[in-house]
Amino acid sequence: MSNTAKAPADAAPIALELRDVRKSFGKTEIIRGASLSVRQGERVAIIGPNGAGKSTLFNLISGRMPPTSGDILLNNHVINGKKPFEINRLGLSRSFQITNIFPKLSVFENLRCSVLWSLGYGYTFLKFLVDLDDANARAQELMEMIGLDKKRDVVALNLTYAEQRALEVGITIAGGANVILLDEPTAGMSKSETTRFISLIKQVTEGKTLLTVEHDMGVVFGLADRIAVLVYGEVIAFDTPDAVRASARVQEAYLGSSVADAQAGESAQGH
Amino acid sequence: MNQWNARIGSLWMWAFFAAVMLLAPQVFNSGLSITMLSQMGIAIIACLSYNMLLGQGGMLSFGHAVYTGLGAFVAIHALNMYGGSGLPVSLVPVVGGFAGMGFAVLFGYVTTRKSGNTFAMITLGLAELVFAMSLMVPEFFGGEGGISGNRMSGQPVMGITFGPATQVYYLIAVYTLVCVMLMYAFTQTPLGRLLNAVRDNPERVEFIGYNPQRVRYTAFIIAGFFAGISGGLGALNFEIVNAEVVGAARSGAYLLFTFLGGATFFFGPIIGAVLMVLALVLLSEFTQAWLLYLGLVFMIMVMFSPGGIASLLMMNLRLAKHGKLHSLIPAYGVLAAASLVLLVAVAALVEVVYHRQLNSAMGSALNFMGLALDTASTQTWLGLLAAIVVGGWLFSLAQRHFANQWDAVQELIEKESHYAGAAP
Repeated sequence: MSNTAKAPADAAPIALELRDVRKSFGKTEIIRGASLSVRQGERVAIIGPNGAGKSTLFNLISGRMPPTSGDILLNNHVINGKKPFEINRLGLSRSFQITNIFPKLSVFENLRCSVLWSLGYGYTFLKFLVDLDDANARAQELMEMIGLDKKRDVVALNLTYAEQRALEVGITIAGGANVILLDEPTAGMSKSETTRFISLIKQVTEGKTLLTVEHDMGVVFGLADRIAVLVYGEVIAFDTPDAVRASARVQEAYLGSSVADAQAGESAQGH
Repeated sequence: MNQWNARIGSLWMWAFFAAVMLLAPQVFNSGLSITMLSQMGIAIIACLSYNMLLGQGGMLSFGHAVYTGLGAFVAIHALNMYGGSGLPVSLVPVVGGFAGMGFAVLFGYVTTRKSGNTFAMITLGLAELVFAMSLMVPEFFGGEGGISGNRMSGQPVMGITFGPATQVYYLIAVYTLVCVMLMYAFTQTPLGRLLNAVRDNPERVEFIGYNPQRVRYTAFIIAGFFAGISGGLGALNFEIVNAEVVGAARSGAYLLFTFLGGATFFFGPIIGAVLMVLALVLLSEFTQAWLLYLGLVFMIMVMFSPGGIASLLMMNLRLAKHGKLHSLIPAYGVLAAASLVLLVAVAALVEVVYHRQLNSAMGSALNFMGLALDTASTQTWLGLLAAIVVGGWLFSLAQRHFANQWDAVQELIEKESHYAGAAP
């Protein structure tokens, strides 16, 4: 897959939009009027220094906490103030920076639980899991996609760290959401694991709208169609990787030597 | 056939369970045994319904007796009001079930909003509230004397009057089999699995489209239904229901014995329920200090085997499957011998203390397991203390030895299954 930035599909409708979103904890304003609009099928990386509010932004979008003011729109519907499960049902799913899976369930059960709502099974206790052919097939398919089909019955607790990260992504995409938020999916992985994992992410999110928080600049420039730079709770730049790289403001505010590192990293990866 | 395993489990297992319940009264046919068998059936349903909360949903409830107890009260009122006029006595437990469910709908709406510590605290408060109510509303709860009923008030069906204890036992046995099967089936449904997910990680459940509160609430209502059935069967069995059935001691017993049996396996609470009846009926006959022993056993289990008896069984079964159990037999023997020394010494001391406190008017001589002990002599006390010290020392040695052996065998199994390329 090429990492040259596709021209943003300007014709595509907007999947996710943030309008002057603010979030304060006590007197401290963490998100200070963030605006962003992401088109369907776009891959957007959010970068920024530690404490810029990247994870908070994800928490606001996914409903983990409500914004203090401003609007968040998913497919033109206002979703701020909704519960996480309501937002999930509307087609937005997220992963977590700290692995957040069902530790005592097997890999297969982790994934099967995650597909149930999207297949319309709700809270039923009048059907047997074994009879849910579509759920079982979908869980099996997901397991193969994330490369854990050989670990089907292993309890998630006993997986390696990289496998748990893969399962985390599997759970996130299981419900078939169109907008996927990945919070530092490669955090804590080795270089080779990261490379493999990024191609996995590209593959499983094909055709979907993807927002990701990422620290590894090599990953960012290799994955994203557009990059949003978040500094102190504000989006100071939102553009193609090349434009962001060239932006003097971004250089000054944040990137600095990281850009050079990223370019070195990219060429090292053989692009 | 194979498909059935994933729905209701092995049919052979159920046939075995049914056969045991069918034949038990033939083997243990004294009046006391029949009563105990009946109580075991009732306790099995109660403990399994409790484990829907504790083991499957991670909800530590301190008030499960509220649902068994209120089910029992409604059931006995239903028996008294409609038993002679249309309501078949055999369906009275179902009335109890719907009552338990109704109260679970009412109270669970409040309790299941929160999980963890908050849930536990609210259930405790609610249990106290209901118990206090039972003293304040004698019209419904019958005050000190409770509410009596007559299970023979209905028309006999095919000669079944429910007069003889054996007939009641078989009614309980049928309910037990059906309820246990239904509760097992529940674990194989989408809601049953989501309940496990909520137990493991309620926050993540919110991000796969489910409201964890609603999962907990629905499971709580279902647990309330089965608890109520258990209460209704109790009402038929004893023909009297008093405030004790909603009391904290009853709730505590469900918690204690479910845990003791093993909350992590479906069948664990069945073991716990059987032990509960044995302890409450038999152990309390043997010794006045039975609650003390129970407390000790509970503490030891929590410390050394938090998975309960069921997990001990399963761990040894795993060894047996890998053909490694026999190599642990010597270590087990040493451990058993050391435990026995310690156990006898502790028990003797406990009995001596109890004798001095409660039965000193009957003289200072105590017969403990064929051993004549003089509770007034210093020698006895010093001797017992010495025995405990020695027993404790032996036990700690044996325990360490056993733990080493156990770990070695586990490692061996890991290695073997690793080389075989098989998942554990």
